[in-house]
Amino acid sequence: MSALVLRRGPVSVRVERRTLVLVAAMAVVILGLGFLGLSYGATWANPAKVFAALTGSGGGSGVVIREWRLPRVLACLVFGAALGVAGAIFQNVTRNPMGSPDVIGLDAGAYTGALVAITLLSGTSAQLTTASVLGGVLAAAAVYLLSSGGGLSGLRLVVIGIAVNAILTAVNSWIVLRAELEVAIAAVGWSAGSLNGIDWDDVRIPFAVLAVLLVLLVLRSHAVHQDALGREVAVTTGVGVDRLRLWLVLIGVGCTATVTAVAGPIAFIALAAPQIGRRLARAPGVPLLPAALTGAVLLQGADLLAQVLLAPVALPVGVVSTAIGGCYLIWLLTKEVRRA
Amino acid sequence: MTATRRLPGARVVALVAALAVLVGVAVVSVGIGAHAIAPAEVVRALLDHDGSSDHVVVRDIRVPRAFLAVGAGAALAVAGVLVQVLSRNPLAEPGVLGVTAGAGFAITVGSALGATASAAGELVLAVLGAVVAAVLVYSVGRRSPLRLVLTGVALSSVLAGVSLGLRLVLPDVFDEYRFWSVGSLAGREQSPTTLPLLAIALAVAGALLLSRQLNAVALGDTVAHTLGANVARVRITTLVLTTVLAGAATAVAGPILFVGLIVPHLARRMAGGSVPWLVVYATVLGPVLLLLADIGSRVLLPTGEVPVAIVTAFLGGPVLIWAVRRYAAAEL
Repeated sequence: MSALVLRRGPVSVRVERRTLVLVAAMAVVILGLGFLGLSYGATWANPAKVFAALTGSGGGSGVVIREWRLPRVLACLVFGAALGVAGAIFQNVTRNPMGSPDVIGLDAGAYTGALVAITLLSGTSAQLTTASVLGGVLAAAAVYLLSSGGGLSGLRLVVIGIAVNAILTAVNSWIVLRAELEVAIAAVGWSAGSLNGIDWDDVRIPFAVLAVLLVLLVLRSHAVHQDALGREVAVTTGVGVDRLRLWLVLIGVGCTATVTAVAGPIAFIALAAPQIGRRLARAPGVPLLPAALTGAVLLQGADLLAQVLLAPVALPVGVVSTAIGGCYLIWLLTKEVRRA
Repeated sequence: MTATRRLPGARVVALVAALAVLVGVAVVSVGIGAHAIAPAEVVRALLDHDGSSDHVVVRDIRVPRAFLAVGAGAALAVAGVLVQVLSRNPLAEPGVLGVTAGAGFAITVGSALGATASAAGELVLAVLGAVVAAVLVYSVGRRSPLRLVLTGVALSSVLAGVSLGLRLVLPDVFDEYRFWSVGSLAGREQSPTTLPLLAIALAVAGALLLSRQLNAVALGDTVAHTLGANVARVRITTLVLTTVLAGAATAVAGPILFVGLIVPHLARRMAGGSVPWLVVYATVLGPVLLLLADIGSRVLLPTGEVPVAIVTAFLGGPVLIWAVRRYAAAEL
């Protein structure tokens, strides 16, 4: 496979041709799905209307598209990318396709944090984000400490994560049931992971946080790919592996938790996106960029499906992603069985 | 089985103690609820019914509910013992393995199609669902204990997602299943439960009869053959009993996880490596655990109830972690 190398002064970027083609193809798919997302709704908007709305005119339907559908579509794409990246990070660190944040309880932990912020504090957007990041970090620390001795890799960490997930999910349901009615109704909306009723006010802070996290990640992406080649290679090429991994885990938890604070625990995007992206890119390790793009496609697709599937009833997107992602996980396990 | 060899007398004493605890917990569970009733009054309501409102509550709501808890608890615990012994996997449990989820899903689909009009239909569906889920999970995850758990969890979440979708589409069909669908004993007191409870009683008795041969199978296939056990037949009978137990418990109380995981670990020490005693203890301790969880489900909220499955998940998560760590060196 041929690669392109771009150099400009001290900066050099090496890109596989296949990755370039993949990025272009994914961008087309993302634009298409995004456009569908803008058109679909209680009333179907034709392309002309959508373009009119995006340029700022279009009357009543323009307002609907700009204020209701556009933030939702953008949220799907950005959140999907963030979940995909978080999944890729954790799958790299645990060296296990099943070691993704939603399976090992980080989503549930972040959601616990968000619920505590909603019930005990006033529940502003900033508080939600902070509390859910804290919750996610604590859950990650708990899983790590409990599985210590067996190493980070292996199924042991995954099963311990599943147990932590079960406990936290129970705690979450209890908090929701205990909460006052208005809070409970708001919380139940996203307990399965949902983007219903999202608007610009909900997404500004999360978008900013995610942008910062992704920039931090891009600055380290070279080291990440060295690390994917194995500890020995990474260390000999001058990567401080342990510190890098700590940074990565924090970024991954940050991504997961920020998304959870707004949309609730959307399961299985972080599990499936990195693996699908990796197969499409035919890359070693679990590459970040394909994971992000696939995540965006998956979440936007799942959200469209959630709206269309039972048309008058808007399903929470988490239900769709769980049903699809669970099938994918079983398939992953079957394939490992055949190989073993 | 090293240092836990005990005299038969010690086991009997432990059994009597466990039974005493069961009776105590049952009386407390009948007394606690939205309206607290003193234990003395509970006993009087049972022995000398005078038709007062307290007595009616005890007789018509609390006692049936306690019976449900006892039946479902015993069923899940014994099913847990059978699966753990058969698969030699300390993490196995019908809930974690997705068998209860399969049963619950079958009932959900059945009610959507209008096929659960009778208790018998519900039971048959639940057992069918349990069988399908068990076969599926086992064929995918049989190579390692941890993989089995993962497959079960994945299948459970898929089925839970689809069930939730179905319930959202047909809210009126599922109104009476609202509590059941998350694993709860609430609101099921009035539905006909004789048949599932009878099935559970028969299956538990069958497990007791089978347990001596299972003891031999637990030692390994070769030893079992030498001891004269028909390994294949024991296996199949055990699987049938497990799915009947898990299916009936799910038909009664909805999908409840972790009871079948916790109880065998509690009972193992008392039983000292004997499968028949393990089954006996599980039959007593399972109801104790589920009654306690059910009491918790009524006390944990100032108003209303927490579904009992949430309480058992909270208790069961730590046990799963402990079991993974405890058996990591030896078997996983």
